[in-house]
Amino acid sequence: MNQKPTLKDTLIGYSYLLPALIILGVFSVYPIIKSFFMSFYADYDFFKDIVHSYGFDNFIYIFQDTEFYKSLTNTFIFVIGVVPASISISLVIAILLNSKIKFGKLFRTIYFLPFVTSVVAIAIVWQWIYHSEYGILNYFLGWFGISPIEWLNDPKWSMPALIIMCIWKSLGYNIILFLAGLQNINPQYYLAAQIDGASKFKRFWHITVPLLSPTTFFVSIVVLINSFKVFDEVFALFNGRPGPGYSAQTIVYYIFEKFYNEWEFGIASAAAFVLFIIIFIFTLIQLYVGKRKVNY
Amino acid sequence: MRQAFSKGFIYILLTIGSLLMLLPFIWMISTSLKTPGEVMSMPPTWIPESWKWDNYLKAWEMAPFLRYTLNSIIVVIVSTIGEIITTILAAYAFSRLQFWGRDIVFAILLGTMMVPGEMLLIPNFVTLSNLGWINQYEALIIPWLASIFSIFLLRQYFLGVPKELHYAAKIDGCSNFRFLWSVMVPLAKPAIVTIALLKAIGSWNAFLWPLIVTQSEEMRTLPVGLTAFTTEAGTNFELLMAASSMIILPMIILYIILQKYIIEGVSKAGLKG
Repeated sequence: MNQKPTLKDTLIGYSYLLPALIILGVFSVYPIIKSFFMSFYADYDFFKDIVHSYGFDNFIYIFQDTEFYKSLTNTFIFVIGVVPASISISLVIAILLNSKIKFGKLFRTIYFLPFVTSVVAIAIVWQWIYHSEYGILNYFLGWFGISPIEWLNDPKWSMPALIIMCIWKSLGYNIILFLAGLQNINPQYYLAAQIDGASKFKRFWHITVPLLSPTTFFVSIVVLINSFKVFDEVFALFNGRPGPGYSAQTIVYYIFEKFYNEWEFGIASAAAFVLFIIIFIFTLIQLYVGKRKVNY
Repeated sequence: MRQAFSKGFIYILLTIGSLLMLLPFIWMISTSLKTPGEVMSMPPTWIPESWKWDNYLKAWEMAPFLRYTLNSIIVVIVSTIGEIITTILAAYAFSRLQFWGRDIVFAILLGTMMVPGEMLLIPNFVTLSNLGWINQYEALIIPWLASIFSIFLLRQYFLGVPKELHYAAKIDGCSNFRFLWSVMVPLAKPAIVTIALLKAIGSWNAFLWPLIVTQSEEMRTLPVGLTAFTTEAGTNFELLMAASSMIILPMIILYIILQKYIIEGVSKAGLKG
């Protein structure tokens, strides 16, 4: 039945695709091309949708803008703060959950809860947790003799506050992926190693770690890419500001600020293009390494 | 003996971890039931002295939450049903039909998944304002009526259905369309439920897009309305927590009832993507 498709087959095929193609064409494919061009709009009138001139002005602007560099730095600090911590904590929890215990399902359900939770709503809860006078975090820290920290009003502490909340929120998703990866490891390897007298730690180090490495790599890239795109968390945690004194402004926040508050569509598009390039590099790494397999 | 000791250690670690995960939720619900005075009391109390259920009513009446909720429900239902329909049709075409350009179109669509959604924000805003849809339901719903990710997932599922079923149906004179609805869709029910749930959760919680395309109060969805409410509620944390609970709890209930589909879906979707 694999003969060459006829004209009729082609018409039938596209009639099934049509609804999805219209939506994806207009709202996913076309805007990618358009966004690329928009970053070169040097002089643009949004209300009439007329471009008066094209040029590199937007890129020149952002690369001279200290705000943009600050957003880049903050984003990298955020990524470095979230990714390793989130990956290692969720890996440990996944391994514990995988060790034939009772209530495993209940624990899994609890760890996954933040994933289904509205970022905006839970960020407001965290605002309350971080409250400098009546928040429980400062209260707990008080037990250890630590004096109250101005989590949300001190520029020094705004990034740590954001990072802690985002690690908390990201754990469940990573744990589920790690559990799936762990369950894909053939139990016979463990049995064979046990017969040969390998200790628990040796079994972990020589079986679990190498065989889980593709999953670990995949999860890391996913968390990394998502961390580069952080926005909702910043907006909601700092009440629609990028932290005290712009101390928690990230790339997407910069794009939002230029686009939504300052109506600088070209500059915002140029910044979005830089974000795309960063993410694209990591996607390519993922595809390249993923093909070669981190496995043995 | 050592075995029992290490098992106990695992339970202790996991319990501490789960308490840390649950703490923000418990703190939210606990605060939402307190009086303003008790909210500001130190040391904090975990169980409210008197349960002030009317905090929820107060928060509900302070801002147009009824309208926000209706908007959210409309957006979730219409965009989920719409996405499921476009996904089923497209996944069927990509997995079972033969036509010119099929693989190229599929590759182009998969390629778009690499582009961060934030990059599409500005051109899509321009498109929607040219269409006159800003601050309309169209802007909240129509761009989200199809998802290449969902098409990809369902296509994978459809590919797992034996081709012989399709041949047999064709020989018996069953049309493509009837075969899709009476054989493929019922067989793929678990995958479709997963896609629908993930979509509904994502749509209910979506923030950046509804923030940008809504301007007037009566078009806001719940998350956008909640950020506006923070200004009105000020430091009345019991009201803020009540409002947050109203957004968070429906999805938690949905998740607890249908978690099998959600967790399986996430682990399958994640590892294949």
